[in-house]
Amino acid sequence: MSVTSPESLYQEIILDHYRNPHHRGLRDPYDVEVHHVNPTCGDEVTLRVQVKDGPSGRVVQDVSYDGEGCSISQASTSVMTDLVIGQPVDAALGKAEAFLELMQSRGTLEPDEDVLEDGIAFAGVSRYPARVKCALLGWMAWKDATAQAVAQDSRENQ
Amino acid sequence: MTALLPERATAFDVEAVRRDFPVLSRVIHGHPLVYLDNASSSHKPVQVLDAEREFALQHYSNVHRGVHTLSQEATEAYEQARSTVAAFLGAQHDEIVFTKNATEAYNLVAYSFGNAKAGSRFALGPGDEVCVTEMEHHSNLVPWQMLCERTGATLRWFPLTDDGRLDLADLEGLVNERTKVLSFVHQSNLLGTVNPVDVLVRRAREVGALVLLDGAQSAPHMPVDVVALGVDFYVATGHKMLGPSGIGMLWGRKDLLDAMPPFMGGGSMIEVVQMSGSTYAPAPERFEAGTPVISQAVALAAACDYLTGLGMENVAAHEAALTGRLLEGLRRLPGLQVIGPDSLHSRGSAVSFAVEGVHPHDVGQSLDELGIAVRVGHHCAAPVCRRYGVPATARASSYLYNTEAEIDRLLEGLEQVQAFWKA
Repeated sequence: MSVTSPESLYQEIILDHYRNPHHRGLRDPYDVEVHHVNPTCGDEVTLRVQVKDGPSGRVVQDVSYDGEGCSISQASTSVMTDLVIGQPVDAALGKAEAFLELMQSRGTLEPDEDVLEDGIAFAGVSRYPARVKCALLGWMAWKDATAQAVAQDSRENQ
Repeated sequence: MTALLPERATAFDVEAVRRDFPVLSRVIHGHPLVYLDNASSSHKPVQVLDAEREFALQHYSNVHRGVHTLSQEATEAYEQARSTVAAFLGAQHDEIVFTKNATEAYNLVAYSFGNAKAGSRFALGPGDEVCVTEMEHHSNLVPWQMLCERTGATLRWFPLTDDGRLDLADLEGLVNERTKVLSFVHQSNLLGTVNPVDVLVRRAREVGALVLLDGAQSAPHMPVDVVALGVDFYVATGHKMLGPSGIGMLWGRKDLLDAMPPFMGGGSMIEVVQMSGSTYAPAPERFEAGTPVISQAVALAAACDYLTGLGMENVAAHEAALTGRLLEGLRRLPGLQVIGPDSLHSRGSAVSFAVEGVHPHDVGQSLDELGIAVRVGHHCAAPVCRRYGVPATARASSYLYNTEAEIDRLLEGLEQVQAFWKA
């Protein structure tokens, strides 16, 4: 069937993450919880972030989530948690930037596997403008929650 | 409807119709296009584009201004278009207001009512009620929510039954002596349900409520006579009925339109303008401030002529045959759930469904790979999705140029989608 063609959207990695999502389910403890929706299609994600001080700055201690949505949004959120959990916040934000850049590339960018790991499977999504927002839903929720957690942390440390 | 079939169906030649729509010959991802997103927007036959092109190239000018020849010709064409649209809906020339789209038409009525002085029959305030239904498109819901917010009136709505119909059990409670406006959809864009206009109008008349009927999905698909429907206002849009986008229409009873305060101010809608204030033109000009959609009106009239030429009862019969085939096919597929009425009784060609275990976006994307265009999402009717416990649906909606073979392609495509996502 043509939907399995190599040029197509649904890479095996994406389907794997969709069927067996990583880090799914809301967990305690957490610093901030956000709820993001995609108003044009009704997809939604509730996401929690915990940041912690590490030896060289803040670290993303945990990301947990629950949500409803298509294979692209669910798999992308799963891949995102793999990429950011345990990373210094700055490094994780760098990965978010790299993923955003890939999604906005309309298929013209060769993704860096060292940075994005399983995230490179989404390179094809950038050729489907209607699906880019699906791939970004979890990432945007994470960025929002992390920014709030960092700001909250700074206030408490003042 | 089926009683008309043996004789009239022979007059409806779908292959001849298809030749008028070049886009239907497109190949998408290696497959001939199957366009089943007509409830969202329909395609235009060459006759509509030819009419718009001829007008734009030979007769175009601004309307209702100036005395030169082109100005006269353009004004005549624009007003002739109004007459054609009026005849298509069983209305009079002066009762048709051209708007930007259907959404503007609902807003026109809601804002006009909001502008009415206290004591006017259109004015609303605390204690008054507006009644809609849970199956409204956002465009016939949000403007009324906003009107209620501005005036302090209360919004009420008919709930839905499990099989996709209006729950009329509390008809007398929901439409009561406090109800000023009853606004509801003729044919649901998500469920396909055709609502019992007569029952609702009868109750509205008993209590003196004004009735607006959302015909965005009925005007393209069935014979419509606004007078016979007995409503006060009727709204439709060009781009769902073979016409261009950028033009919608409001029909209103002339005595009401002439008594309603304007919605937007500007040129064309005035009578006498002085620095201290202005008086307004009668309808329909009163509601057409500024340069109107001119070429689009001409194209819309050509679309009405095209539909009238085929016969709306033939269009409806053709679609009913396709919808029956689709519903039967979906029933045979395990794991497929129709959201909305599952029989042809009082339903149109928009069929929403859920594929067990596959998100509607993935259904739509996989079908696109097979050249099949369906709509996915909440179809601007999010409360309906919530009512039936789904985040979104996939929706196939046929029109006069679709064929039984295309319905079969969709059904085969759905089997392939299920096989792919099960793997």
